[in-house]
Amino acid sequence: MAEEMANRDTGKNRMRLSGLIKKEAYQIIRDPSAIGIAFLLPVILLLIFGYGVSLDAEHVPVGLVIEKQGPEVSQFISGFYRSEYFDPKIFPSIQEAERALMHREVVGIVWTRSNFARTLLNTSDAPIGVIVNGVDANQARIIEGYIMGVWINWLHQYARSKGVALQVPVNVKYRIWFNSAVRSRNFLVPGLIAVIMTLIGGMLTSMVVAREWERGTMEALLVTPVRKREIILGKTIPYFVLGMGGMAISVAMAIWVFNVPFRGSFWALSLSSGLFMLTAIGLGLIISVTAESQFVAGQIAIVITFLPAFMLSGFVFDIGSMPGPIQAVTHLVSARYFVSILQTLFLCGDIWPIFIINCLWLAGMALFFFVVIRKKFKKRLQ
Amino acid sequence: MFKRILALTIKEFIAILKNRKSRMVLILPPVAQIIVFGYAATFDLNHVGIGIYNEDTGIVSRDIIARFKGSKTFKIVKYISDDTQVAPLINLQKAIAVLHFHRNFSKEINTGRSADLQVILDGRNSNTALIALNYIQTIIADFNRQWSIEKQDMPPPAQLKVRSWFNRMLDSHWFFIPGIVALLTIVVTLEVTALSVAKEREAGTFDQLLVTPMTPFEILVGKSLPGMIIGTLEGTFIILVTVFWFDIPLRGNLLALYVGLFTFLLSAIGIGLMISSISVTQQQGLMGAFMFLVPAVVLSGFATPIANMPVLVQKLTLLNPMRYFLIIVRSVFLQGASFGLLWSQYVPMAVIGIISLAIAGSLFRKRLY
Repeated sequence: MAEEMANRDTGKNRMRLSGLIKKEAYQIIRDPSAIGIAFLLPVILLLIFGYGVSLDAEHVPVGLVIEKQGPEVSQFISGFYRSEYFDPKIFPSIQEAERALMHREVVGIVWTRSNFARTLLNTSDAPIGVIVNGVDANQARIIEGYIMGVWINWLHQYARSKGVALQVPVNVKYRIWFNSAVRSRNFLVPGLIAVIMTLIGGMLTSMVVAREWERGTMEALLVTPVRKREIILGKTIPYFVLGMGGMAISVAMAIWVFNVPFRGSFWALSLSSGLFMLTAIGLGLIISVTAESQFVAGQIAIVITFLPAFMLSGFVFDIGSMPGPIQAVTHLVSARYFVSILQTLFLCGDIWPIFIINCLWLAGMALFFFVVIRKKFKKRLQ
Repeated sequence: MFKRILALTIKEFIAILKNRKSRMVLILPPVAQIIVFGYAATFDLNHVGIGIYNEDTGIVSRDIIARFKGSKTFKIVKYISDDTQVAPLINLQKAIAVLHFHRNFSKEINTGRSADLQVILDGRNSNTALIALNYIQTIIADFNRQWSIEKQDMPPPAQLKVRSWFNRMLDSHWFFIPGIVALLTIVVTLEVTALSVAKEREAGTFDQLLVTPMTPFEILVGKSLPGMIIGTLEGTFIILVTVFWFDIPLRGNLLALYVGLFTFLLSAIGIGLMISSISVTQQQGLMGAFMFLVPAVVLSGFATPIANMPVLVQKLTLLNPMRYFLIIVRSVFLQGASFGLLWSQYVPMAVIGIISLAIAGSLFRKRLY
């Protein structure tokens, strides 16, 4: 009965809520770490990653072993000096080149034998030996491709010098849509925003409820008429505002500092960012209400926020290539939906089917998180 | 002295392990994550969708399409018959690429000319696009070689004989899974150390510790040992999973790997304790942990090579202990490395460890507020 009356008294409700928000805001301002998390962290991380992370290999150190000089060989070798992909180094013998490969001084070896020119003229099957360091399999494959490119160019050149045109049956002509210059930064920066915002949401809120229990201030709050829903909202709204501020800075940096094209609409970006922020804060609050102490909350936050968002969001590793059960696990990571939305909004535009399905997932997750928080949140003393 | 250190170590262990949730966080996530990440982390494409737009009625295009059908990399999701169907297929991410054979494709090849194969790729993830393009070009190069030999009777004058060392099949799991050893070890170590001093500062028990006869050095050792022991145990567990579950070859010297693990833990613990003793609250400790962890992982060479970074950032990575340990794990696992190849990696990590521990120790007494 009393509760019902309080319910009707919306003016008082609003006052209580705004009081809680004000209190939380003071706490944020007085411990500068929260503001640091929301504004400084994205700027620093985006600067480091935006400039630092790239999958585009250039100036790859490659060892050349030439057993016998000749016009054909030097024509072939000069291709490596002209290419911006390579940084060639000459080795007098294959043994020394192999030692350099072992010591990671070169990542590949190109080896022409002493009989190269002779077999080239006679049998038309002169082998060129190529060894790549396969430890980093992806880079090895890329480097193989580059070496093959030099070789094909040389074949054309060689055929022309003999007065015949080399006929390649099928020529692959490709166009890469949305990112024709193939800047890896264009997809890494939007992905990074999703990863960074996951961290920020988690970091901001994972300790806020546990802290009040630990300091005893929650008990003081419990004797007031304030209600569960109001406490949760009071914890959500200030950090949501803070997180969205960080989000705005990140997007601005992506567009104006890193020159990532933005082809979607801003309201679609705002809507999806808001939904995503709710899941990130929701996850932080779940950690906070489940953990009894800040210490445990911090431990859980370190373990479950960053690595899953980094590994399973599709930000670097293609989700479609993962085994089925692992693909199912990625559905638990809210960053996954936001990475997909951001990469599409930035590079491709408003593709509604993709936008809507990912937003629905985000909304569903946010709803689920807040139901869990309400269930787990104990408004009584143990 | 040893008695005092032992007492503090036991107390630290109780602080970490007394809480059931705390224990679970130390054990469950690393177990689940090594398995999930082990399967997730690969750049090898596996049954990704492609679309075929074939206007050619000849036999050559059919021969090429059959090669794509037979490959494990691709899965043909749709055959389309006009231009307007290309965009939806790519935009909605149903296919990563569309191959377009034009009307006279077979005719041109059969009459000894070159024919163009148009490939349109989804560049939203340009890395995946490039990998897919690479696979497509390999399939076409195979076709070209065979066609030249069978039909034109003149193979190219010189052939490349490519071998890859240490990972013959170029399976990128072999590269990533040993890296996960480093990834999970650093996370667990930070989890144990980054909040341990800040927590006591906030509770006021650290001041009590400072007025006991314990020297800062003893406190430092007592605070480091749990991280060292837990880190070694979990590192061992992850190495076992790597070898026996994922079948990654462990070719080098196991002792060399453990010396690496020890120096890596030393440096990670040093940094963790340093963060913790700078922080006044646990919230700040948590922020510090992420401020270190995230750049340490992204700029370690775990997923994107350090050699591709700008020179300035490459210099910055010299401060990152994970960079050195990644080289050690990968060299020992795949390259069969032993001590001789690895000194240049041990020394920087040990230096980082000693300096950061010294800073942490010196901050114990100074921050009495």
